[in-house]
Amino acid sequence: MGEHTGVWVFSENRDLTLELLGKGSELANKLQTELAAVLLGQNLENLPDELIGYGADKVYVVDSPLFKDLRAEPYVSALTSLAKKHEPDIFLIGSTKRGKEVASRVATRLETGCVPDCTHLSIDENGRLLMGRVVYGGNAVSTHFSRVKPQIATVPPRAFEKLEYKEKKGEVVKVDVELEKPRTEIVEVKEIEATKVKIEEAKVVVAGGRGVEKKEDFELLDELAETVGGNVAYTRPLCEDRKWFTDWVGLSGHKVKPALYIGCGVSGVIQHVAGIRESKIIVAINTDPEAPIFDVTDYIVVGDLYEIVPALSAALKKLLKTS
Amino acid sequence: MPRIVVCIKQALDVTELKVDSATRRIITVDAPRKISDFDKNALEEAVRLKEKLGGEVVVVTASPEDATMTLREALAMGADKAYMVSDPSFEKSDTLVTSYILSEAIKKLGGFDLIICGEASVDSYSAQVGPRLAERLGVPQITYVRKLSLDGNIVTAERSLEDCYEMVRAKTPALLTVTGGINDPRIPSLMAIMKASKKEIVPWTAEDLKIPEDKAGDKGSAIQVTEVLAPKVERRKIVIKGETVEEVAEQLAKALIKEGVVGR
Repeated sequence: MGEHTGVWVFSENRDLTLELLGKGSELANKLQTELAAVLLGQNLENLPDELIGYGADKVYVVDSPLFKDLRAEPYVSALTSLAKKHEPDIFLIGSTKRGKEVASRVATRLETGCVPDCTHLSIDENGRLLMGRVVYGGNAVSTHFSRVKPQIATVPPRAFEKLEYKEKKGEVVKVDVELEKPRTEIVEVKEIEATKVKIEEAKVVVAGGRGVEKKEDFELLDELAETVGGNVAYTRPLCEDRKWFTDWVGLSGHKVKPALYIGCGVSGVIQHVAGIRESKIIVAINTDPEAPIFDVTDYIVVGDLYEIVPALSAALKKLLKTS
Repeated sequence: MPRIVVCIKQALDVTELKVDSATRRIITVDAPRKISDFDKNALEEAVRLKEKLGGEVVVVTASPEDATMTLREALAMGADKAYMVSDPSFEKSDTLVTSYILSEAIKKLGGFDLIICGEASVDSYSAQVGPRLAERLGVPQITYVRKLSLDGNIVTAERSLEDCYEMVRAKTPALLTVTGGINDPRIPSLMAIMKASKKEIVPWTAEDLKIPEDKAGDKGSAIQVTEVLAPKVERRKIVIKGETVEEVAEQLAKALIKEGVVGR
């Protein structure tokens, strides 16, 4: 094994790349080493300079039309050969669905580990990367380290903050690597309609669960959300069983961390709770006093959401107007 | 006729975990085991393909402990044959090792047209074994599949990604990972359960697969676990009470305004 130095970051998602640079620069400072970003794409123009402005000391750029469709194979081959050649100590990869499969395959080729979805990253007294993640359906946080280098972690969106942009000098290294051709072919892409604000960024989340009987009844939740400048969200059964919506909050869906979460008719299975755990204040409205959500709630209302939600909207409107 | 391999994890039932309240350590020893949720979706999809196209569905699991009951359930759901790769030396295997064990098992059990895995396991949720297995076997992978069809040697699948549904085609042999939304796994009938008791579970050890001791379990793994702790939950559990709905609503509204989480 060679020297293995430096902290690397990669994501196909720009915002996530900047967040990785934010955390990466903290780790690189601690280890007094270099922070590098890997940039794969086509016609990248001033993106390398932007990454330098957000903290990268060095940017490895591979420019190829093969990266256009986000197929795994060209990405995996590029990242693997760069990592084999330059031997980074730490490699942070953005934990999007695409990023996770790329990271898994890169780690396999490099015969190393990969700790996915890390929300805690730090350097221990031996200079090792400690990687913390949520497991067991949100019931535990496990901490790991890797005996093999590079130490690879994937990092979900919004786990860490990006740095402030600052004009600075850095090195841009254009690299030619042999890329594998994609082995899957895209037949069709259907965009999923993006909601106005990403639910991860909402300050208030009003979530509806199985207690909401009809899709139209979400009017009540919409009104409450509008009153407090928040967004409406859904539990998995409303999307997967009833097919009313496409995106849910929970372990396998979006993870939210608003200042206020209001669960309306949400029973609170642990997979859902895993997605709301980091909310500052949790309110739950449920007719069942035994609903598991009440175990993780700040303000408990045992009652019918069809009565409480409109009354709460009315009360908030009145109080917010006069205050 | 297609031969489909389904990889199954005997996972912890995470709803039944206990916590040592003094140390916040999670106690997993007594937690019940079950087929990981999305692996049931994978198996259901494989059985449906078999019902349509004929062929064979085999299930494989790699586990440090006995997984007979778990595999019996898989057989009752419609798998034809099960391979239980089980060895105490597999204890503390990470995904690097688990994918290696599964790939050796799949090589030994002969050719396949499709491998179907769940998108992730319900307990550790790493979503890595599927892609790592595809890498080791050198086959194309399609992850997060919510719809799929097989026509000759072409598999077409719709992936559920963050921003889009992506219809993708690949040549078999290929590996797919499926989401929980792809189907509703069947609950086996009594008849199916009885039939399953006659189906074969082939037990394989590390030695049967020629897996050296230093490439399995803790020794072979790159990733070490330092601690697993319950997260701190400090929720106040304040019950809002009132004579009328309006009173409850007003009390809650006042509390939220005081918290500074609503309004300007």
